[in-house]
Amino acid sequence: MSFLDLIEIAKRYPGVVALDRVTLSVAPGEVIGLIGENGAGKSTLMKVLGGVIEPSAGTIRVDGVERRPFTVPDAIKAGIAFVHQELNLFDNLDAAANVFIGREPLAGGFLKLIDRRKLNALVQPLLDRLGVDFRPNTPVAEMSLAQRQLLEIVKALSLDARLVIMDEPTSSLTIAETERLMRVIAGLKAHGVSIIFISHRLNEVQSCADRVVVLRDGRLVGELPRTEITHAAMIRLMIGRDLKAIYIPPAADRRQETTLEISGVRTTTYPENAISIEVRGGEILGLAGLVGSGRTELARTVFGIDPLLAGSVKLNGEPIVIRTPREAIDRGIFLVPEDRKRAGLLLDDSIAGNISLPNLRSYARALLVRKEAELDNAGRQKQRLNIKAPAVTVEVGTLSGGNQQKVVLAKWLSMQPKVIIFDEPTRGIDVGAKHEIYEIMRSLANAGVAVLMISSDMEEVIGVSDRIAVMQEGRISGFLDRSEFSEHNVLQLAVGVRPN
Amino acid sequence: MFKKDLGLLVLIIVVGTAVALINHRFLLPGNLSNTANQVGLFGLFSIGEAFVIITGGIELSVGSLIALLGTIFIDLIVNHDINWGLAVIAIIAAGCLIGIAHGLLITRMHLQPFVVTLCGLLIYRGVARYYTQDATAGFGFGESFPTLEGLTAGRSELLAPLARLVGYDGPTIAIPHSLIALVIVAVIAGVILHRSIFGRYLFAVGKNEEAARYSGIDSDRIVVSAYIVCGGLTAVAAIFIAMYTRSISPAVHGSFYELYAIAAAVLGGCSLRGGEGSILGVVLGTILLQVLQNLVNLLGIPSSLNFAVMGTVILIGVLADQQFLRYRQRSAAERSRLQTGSSVPEAAE
Repeated sequence: MSFLDLIEIAKRYPGVVALDRVTLSVAPGEVIGLIGENGAGKSTLMKVLGGVIEPSAGTIRVDGVERRPFTVPDAIKAGIAFVHQELNLFDNLDAAANVFIGREPLAGGFLKLIDRRKLNALVQPLLDRLGVDFRPNTPVAEMSLAQRQLLEIVKALSLDARLVIMDEPTSSLTIAETERLMRVIAGLKAHGVSIIFISHRLNEVQSCADRVVVLRDGRLVGELPRTEITHAAMIRLMIGRDLKAIYIPPAADRRQETTLEISGVRTTTYPENAISIEVRGGEILGLAGLVGSGRTELARTVFGIDPLLAGSVKLNGEPIVIRTPREAIDRGIFLVPEDRKRAGLLLDDSIAGNISLPNLRSYARALLVRKEAELDNAGRQKQRLNIKAPAVTVEVGTLSGGNQQKVVLAKWLSMQPKVIIFDEPTRGIDVGAKHEIYEIMRSLANAGVAVLMISSDMEEVIGVSDRIAVMQEGRISGFLDRSEFSEHNVLQLAVGVRPN
Repeated sequence: MFKKDLGLLVLIIVVGTAVALINHRFLLPGNLSNTANQVGLFGLFSIGEAFVIITGGIELSVGSLIALLGTIFIDLIVNHDINWGLAVIAIIAAGCLIGIAHGLLITRMHLQPFVVTLCGLLIYRGVARYYTQDATAGFGFGESFPTLEGLTAGRSELLAPLARLVGYDGPTIAIPHSLIALVIVAVIAGVILHRSIFGRYLFAVGKNEEAARYSGIDSDRIVVSAYIVCGGLTAVAAIFIAMYTRSISPAVHGSFYELYAIAAAVLGGCSLRGGEGSILGVVLGTILLQVLQNLVNLLGIPSSLNFAVMGTVILIGVLADQQFLRYRQRSAAERSRLQTGSSVPEAAE
């Protein structure tokens, strides 16, 4: 018997169908694995469940009663709680204060002081129920990421949650921590709490889900009962038939000389480990690893954002010193940063303004920028990269994620790249734009550019790279050639086990 | 940006017409010339302030700096018999040095601009008062610097020949030299800000410092430069103002001027978050403020209400501007949705 039913839920934006008649029921104590690629509609569906967005069509029933409209307070009343990827905790408060923030038990009286003793007494049983290793008065600032996540679950339980939605809960957890989370999920299930577990990590989905639901292009494309949950089945449903078309296979082995040589480099994040990597002209070197393994820091160091503590960098065999991004850019070493909204773009500047920013001198005469030259080039790039916008004078902030990323690329493609480092190039980008970005990367490589691609998306690393380097806790744990590519091998290296 | 400036111009004309209708003395050549002089003096340092605000900073020590540098300037040429040309150079250099100090404290020591320049506001005022033992600094009897006075505080009948040409014989508006200085500075600043590479960098740092850094811009250097420009222009203004007032009581000279500068910048379309603004806007903002000041005097409003009137008008102006902007954004979103359909779902959301 289900307590929550979503019936024929649709969400349409002008020209885009984010959800197409999705029907999903949740029974008490059921663990549902929700999988699908980025842009498949998972987050839209979850926003509908949380009451954040209103579906264009469809019905939501709680305990058999139709709820319309279904707002955020309705969702909370229905016992739906979220454990987000980005945790929403107050660092400066302790565990108990976070759980009861905004509804603290009061000691009464004129000053409305918080009754600490009662607060702790309320929180302690919840902590016991999850078997956590922190106390009500442990400050959040001192907690590990895993502990914080458990605290979010405690918060959900304190609200009498009947359904806890976990969005990529394990993406930053160690293996031991992940195992504990799995036990917590089993415990919740035993208490009749339902769980929707969203993850790209199919192993975890397999180990905890009673049922797997797969979304693709906004449609529910399949369900797998407990007995049929296998990697192969999940992947088949997730990508459909046209997986091969997304990735562009490399041409025959046409690697050239080493373009970028990083030897013995130490970064500020992992000063105890020296990193050595060579990127050859004409190849895409995938840099895989878990979140926090030091890949972004390596890119930032090579690009001159973070200081280089030790080691040397050579470009085409010549030793170079890079202290600032300007020095990197002048040598043709470019970085497409991980966080494009913060580091990649001036969101309230125009497409043209963003594209010419690193290279204004070439558009200028006597230090005065020639607007026509700028607009000319921006127009060319817009056409070449198929940036969908009414004009190049439009503010970048109004574009979709994929088009924003293309503007970042246009910035660098207007110059002469020798090395381009892509840090999570397709994060939050829909499949179509992803494909276009892979095409650009491959054509750069074919033109002799050395491409280093940092990615946490296993399929992407395997589908796009010519060679894979894997980082683990600030060091290179191994290299894989195309013949050795497999999710298993990459993961083994990422967690620090040598492949056999 | 241009539309914004146009709106401000309309507001100035409306306020000006209203004042002129109520009190015809507003349009007398003498009154207009005096107002123009005020615009020139206040415009000079307001442009400096705008440079800082565009990078996302703030400079609060402008008024105190005008008192300190003005006092020292008069002391140098009156009591120390230093050639006034040298003194001018020394004062402008001092203004630039103070700008460097502020910039370095903000970029290297990672202090907040508000805190650094607030301390500057207190320090320079205190030093200025100590420097003269709280006495008024001014020119003694019979001391005069005709060339310097002519250049800074003088006025020229530039419009007279033009008037004769069209057969007008009456008195014309004498153009104060401070206004000429402002026009020169504004044109140069406008070209630098809106056309040059340096100007683009200033806006880029103000819009998103981190992205600017990732695009190869030395954002620290850009920020320091903005404070240097501000310090230098403040020093120039300090000299003009000192020569205009001819005597300086360091306890009150120039007080609240930083707020006039910030108000002019904000009226002129600068965002205190940085990354927005235009020189034309700042100049128009200064004009509006001075017309308002003039309005208080001419309409017989008690001068004690001076700040209250200006505050109210600025508040209304900024509110109206925001409503207008929101309306424009909405219609722009509507248009782009119609034009591109599916390509910009985020904008439509």
